[in-house]
Amino acid sequence: MNVVVCVKQIPDPAAVQSLDAQHRLNRTGKSILDEADTYGVEVALRLVEAAGDGEVSLVSMGEASDLTGIRSALAMGALRATVVADPALKGADALTTAKVLAAAISRQMPDLILAATESSDGYTGTLPVQIAQLLDLPALTFATSVVVEGDSVVVHRQTEAGYDEVVAQLPALVTVTAGVVEPRYATFKGIMAAKSRPIDVVSAADLGLPASALDPRQDIVAVETAATKDAGEKYVDDGEGAARIVSYLEQIKILSGSAS
Amino acid sequence: MSVTNLWVLAEPVGDSVSSTSKELISQARRLGATVTAVTWGSHGQDVASVVGSFGAERLLDLGDLGAVLPAAVVAATLAPLLSSEGPEALLIPASNDGRDVAGRLSALLDTPVLTNVTGLRDNAGLESEHPIFGGTQTVVARLRASGPGLFVVRAKSFVAEVTSGAVAQRITVATTAPSSRAATIRNSHVEERTGPALEDASVVVSGGRGLGDAASYELVKELAQLLQGAPGASRAIVDAGWVPYSHQVGQTGKTVKPDLYIACGISGATQHMVGMKGASHIVAINKDPDAPIFSISDFGIVGDVHTVLPALIAALKARS
Repeated sequence: MNVVVCVKQIPDPAAVQSLDAQHRLNRTGKSILDEADTYGVEVALRLVEAAGDGEVSLVSMGEASDLTGIRSALAMGALRATVVADPALKGADALTTAKVLAAAISRQMPDLILAATESSDGYTGTLPVQIAQLLDLPALTFATSVVVEGDSVVVHRQTEAGYDEVVAQLPALVTVTAGVVEPRYATFKGIMAAKSRPIDVVSAADLGLPASALDPRQDIVAVETAATKDAGEKYVDDGEGAARIVSYLEQIKILSGSAS
Repeated sequence: MSVTNLWVLAEPVGDSVSSTSKELISQARRLGATVTAVTWGSHGQDVASVVGSFGAERLLDLGDLGAVLPAAVVAATLAPLLSSEGPEALLIPASNDGRDVAGRLSALLDTPVLTNVTGLRDNAGLESEHPIFGGTQTVVARLRASGPGLFVVRAKSFVAEVTSGAVAQRITVATTAPSSRAATIRNSHVEERTGPALEDASVVVSGGRGLGDAASYELVKELAQLLQGAPGASRAIVDAGWVPYSHQVGQTGKTVKPDLYIACGISGATQHMVGMKGASHIVAINKDPDAPIFSISDFGIVGDVHTVLPALIAALKARS
């Protein structure tokens, strides 16, 4: 059972976010492993442990100058990583990213590909399914549980009303929602082991992707400041907080005039 | 070049289509386009009158797809039709299936997809608006590529409006088998839920991490019930397993636009605010006076939800 997990290093969400002159997310500060990806890594590790053989590996696209985030996923237990780093990919759209990751994945065609439903910086949320289409794989998306039964994968897929139990034959791609499992903390041993685990840094050309496949095809024409509303009233609760809310609800006619 | 021909993915729900589908048909018509809706399922006849009433002239009906996730077959069928008929764009609801269809079509047509759209305008071609950083800024984008653009639009970005009693011309379309093996739905589980649906409720009371523990969510539910509203949640407490995902409001959950939104112990992460900042009135209760939620609230109480909520519930009960 070999599982590849798509992971991404993102600017620390706790830091102030900004756009650069090309209207791209400023990525010059410290970057970390997207927390949303830790769930996929955890699910992958459990599946491989349950199968009793195989390994978890990672694929990622982004700058290779700081690989702390990738190392932290390796420290959880993934054995190797491929990072596609190429200046030509700066500002790549989701489809281009999908082509790059699909090419990286197909070099080691696994039984299962896992990804988060969306990244926590761009929130595009189409990349995994684009990868599935490029590789002609079934995509089982928005999974809250993932198990392997024989040569099939079975997931619980979130729906508006609850969930569907969905099954497909392997190989397949599954996207997992945040919070589905408790991601393990890296142990000291894991952190030490991660230092020596291989990270293969490759270019788009190494994957056989021509430069013409990487041209951006969407333009940001403007960035506008959204209309802000004036800050409303604010009171420190002095025991009258609830009563104040009741008066406000009367004022906006959610509650009819004061009860007698 | 103005917009003349738009397609809308009309996602079936029961014998009708989703609210977002109706909103998109209305917006496509407002942009002055001839609107073609695309649907599947076994209620094509009913759907033709629904989409017609919102302004669609044609309905492409793929029919019953069986117990499979629809995206692969819907995309395989639509890709060649979009290429040959060449509408300016396909507008897609930002639902689970909608997002899956968008991803597959993007790869099949080799065209980018614009997601998290909250506005669409015609400026000698389509321009889309995307909120970033919790909605404090809006990115305006347009596609460089010719050929149908793919836009995944968030719920409640536009108003749905019945404009006629006309029935859309229903055209049945034979499906194309996808190149990948199917993902089959074995069975469906429905979670019990009482009261109004979160996305339709005129009052929404949501809880966040400030509640401290799962048991305190009962306060949120009780307040929602007293106000004939629906209980919601921040992503943090859904991820923590306190409440099901169906309660989640925000970027990765539901978009709500109620008359009143009460945020209890929610700090106001950008992820959450995108899903509720359109509420007419926002009340926030939070211990931290600097919580970002106060920057968008109309009425804020700096205090502990564990004292304010029981007092508020008691006050409302005393009135009834």
